Amino acid sequence: MASIELDAPGTTQLLLGNEAIARGALEAGIGFAASYPGTPASEIMDTLASIAKGMGIHAEWSVNEKVALEAAAGASFAGIRAIASMKQNGINVACDFLINLTMTGIGKGLILVVADDPGAISSSNEQDSRNICKWMNIPLLEPSNAQEAKDMTKWAFELSEELDTICIIRSVNRIGHTRGNVKLGELPKREQRAYFPNIWNMFDPTLSKFAAGPFPWLHNMLHQKLAKAQQRFESAPFNWYVGPDKAELLIITSGASTSCCTEAVKELKLDHKIGIFKLGTTWPIPENLVEKQLSRSQKVLFVEEVDPFIERSVMELAANLPPDSPRLVFYGKRSGHIPSYGELHPDVVINMIVDLMGITYQARDITYEKKAKELSMIIPGRALNLCPGCPHRATFWAVKNALQLDGRDGFVCGDIGCYALGFAAGGYYQSRTMHAMGSGAGVANGLGNLIQFGFEQPVIALCGDSTFFHATIPALINGVYNKSNFILLILDNNATAMTGFQPHPGTGMTGAGEQAISINMEALCHSLGAHVEVCDPFELENTTAILLKLMAEVGGVKVVIMRRECEMVRAKREKRFPYVVHVDPDICIGEACGCNRVCTRVFQCPGLIWDREAGKSKIDEAVCTGCGLCVEICPEGAIIKKAT
Amino acid sequence: MKKLSKEPFNLIISGVGGQGNVLMSLLIGRALVNQGYFISVGDTYGASQRGGSVASHVRISEHTCYGSLISIGHADVILSLEPAETLRMLCQFGNPDVVTITNTRPIYPSDVTSGHAIYPKIDELLKLIEKLSATVIVIEATDEAFKLGNPIFANVILIGALIGSGALPLDKRSVEPILKENFPKEFDANMAAFNKGMEFAGH
Repeated sequence: MASIELDAPGTTQLLLGNEAIARGALEAGIGFAASYPGTPASEIMDTLASIAKGMGIHAEWSVNEKVALEAAAGASFAGIRAIASMKQNGINVACDFLINLTMTGIGKGLILVVADDPGAISSSNEQDSRNICKWMNIPLLEPSNAQEAKDMTKWAFELSEELDTICIIRSVNRIGHTRGNVKLGELPKREQRAYFPNIWNMFDPTLSKFAAGPFPWLHNMLHQKLAKAQQRFESAPFNWYVGPDKAELLIITSGASTSCCTEAVKELKLDHKIGIFKLGTTWPIPENLVEKQLSRSQKVLFVEEVDPFIERSVMELAANLPPDSPRLVFYGKRSGHIPSYGELHPDVVINMIVDLMGITYQARDITYEKKAKELSMIIPGRALNLCPGCPHRATFWAVKNALQLDGRDGFVCGDIGCYALGFAAGGYYQSRTMHAMGSGAGVANGLGNLIQFGFEQPVIALCGDSTFFHATIPALINGVYNKSNFILLILDNNATAMTGFQPHPGTGMTGAGEQAISINMEALCHSLGAHVEVCDPFELENTTAILLKLMAEVGGVKVVIMRRECEMVRAKREKRFPYVVHVDPDICIGEACGCNRVCTRVFQCPGLIWDREAGKSKIDEAVCTGCGLCVEICPEGAIIKKAT
Repeated sequence: MKKLSKEPFNLIISGVGGQGNVLMSLLIGRALVNQGYFISVGDTYGASQRGGSVASHVRISEHTCYGSLISIGHADVILSLEPAETLRMLCQFGNPDVVTITNTRPIYPSDVTSGHAIYPKIDELLKLIEKLSATVIVIEATDEAFKLGNPIFANVILIGALIGSGALPLDKRSVEPILKENFPKEFDANMAAFNKGMEFAGH
């Protein structure tokens, strides 16, 4: 991973798209980087944080994306090039600051990288963040591979300074998480000095330029910046056309979809008939260039992820073409030819071209295809599950049992993190709501304040430790202040586990690996006036008892910190298992046991499996991490643990 | 740089989250870039540590970086850490010419453990894998890895088998420095695993 700090211009490295973005920022001479973990953006900061000390830059995991962007903007105001990176949900958090920032402009170059997740592979939602650029008048770039991601990032800093505005690079899963050859450029060697221009002029906000306010002409200035961006984009190196002079079909595409299109055309051997116009600068679109390309064909197909973003811009432009222009026919999301959601694959584009060109195509031998289809039916699916040894499994087990024992139809408001699996089998289908970071507690605020309407169900909200700092604290304060009634479980596993175990304000470590103050969450919650308990979820009986007790007590906001380290983090550090676990086949009575196979039908740890032939439970020693939790749940005491 | 048998050459590395397919694709990719090839590696993320099906698509070219997704029926080699995943990949990306290298050790999905789904018997599964492959190399990689002290070595054993099979323009000499770079502390154990895999492929 550390190959991004190589001072070897001209050499080629295999870099992840996200590493390439980090490298591009280094080649642009950034001094400051801030982010909050989120797939598929995390590796940008993982990479920068790992080399920050050695390269003399500041790289931080901020408490949330809004603060990350604000911190990066602060550095820019004082003359230091800065980058903020985040996933799609993160930019939503940062939007309030972002739109005000577009009004004031910047100091030195400031870039925001937003990584969208078409297909919601690792997200609670699917969105097209490019729409934010249109909404907020922000110049937008979309890389189509790792090399371009690096080059574009560097170029964007120049652009940002020239235009005096923040620019956005929009990546997606298949860019940030694809490795490719990247030819390195030079790393600048210059001393940077930060100084904030300490000016205030009430009558000319362009002088004291870092304060937004009731100055509508700033909005007009922004429009002028955008017009300038459009001019620059007309000759940007990231827009190209490949294909015949006059084409039967013109494909307009961007980002990760680019390779889907080039490969589809190659596979169908139609490169003499179909032209591909790839846009790297997608807002504002370079209108003159687009108009020129539109003259190549009367049939235009748009291929992009997720929304018809370029499609709409181009159709808007086409509506303004001279009246004697040839009539264009557009195919894309609007016409129903390209799916309106989800990730695009080369096969989607192949099928679309086959349809539009009226040809036939067979991906593979027909007999093979038939056999493959038939055999695919017998392969069992693989549902996501919590890792073996995961402390959240214990928490959900205790929650499930406590809610059942309480018997008043209590339920869980879920949140974002590994424990999002609370709505799946691994979390015993306990979660009933899930939205944004911190929304579990937020929604619980309302649910817990309905007593006057006869509401008596216990409400349990949950969040992880990193999510607690990110967005749950305001919801908790609101609950205490407005006299709501709910239990907040903080699943404190001492890491931002889902995204790669990044540190957070509670871990005592900064992103760059320095010691830091560890924010004491129990003291913090206590100071807010909440009742606070701390327990180890692996003590199942005790945890269940605490939950039952708190549900029985009427009124107020109660916090239970479920504290146990993420098993992946523990295993990485200690490189040993706490126990060797096995099922004693003489004690396990299989289906004859009155427990209805609670171990394998309900408990659902991947390390505990069912031996169909023997009719008994069994430990899969290649999967089990020896946490020993399952020993507690077997009514016959057939699961045995031995300390290592 | 040796000429590729196909342009681009498409390799799929599949398994279950946590088995190490991302690391495998990285090691193979780095070795290939050192030889001057253009590589794209698309990894499945998100489910990677939570027991889901995972696959890396490795695309090898003499000329350019291809996109990160292989289209249906276009795999040249499928290298797999888990036999049901091997069949899953064959059904989607296989073709009559595909070479398959597979581990035999199942990782049971939770639906199988709970009794809601059936995992085919291993010898039946291997027969089906043969039906959909031109050539199959079957390796008890996890069992061999246990002998080396840790089931995780199954992934490097499979890399050894892939190199030993001669399917890629790589040899032991081109992979050794990559293993050294990535496992500075556990180089010997990983090299032993690699050699074991080479042996299984007839070296």
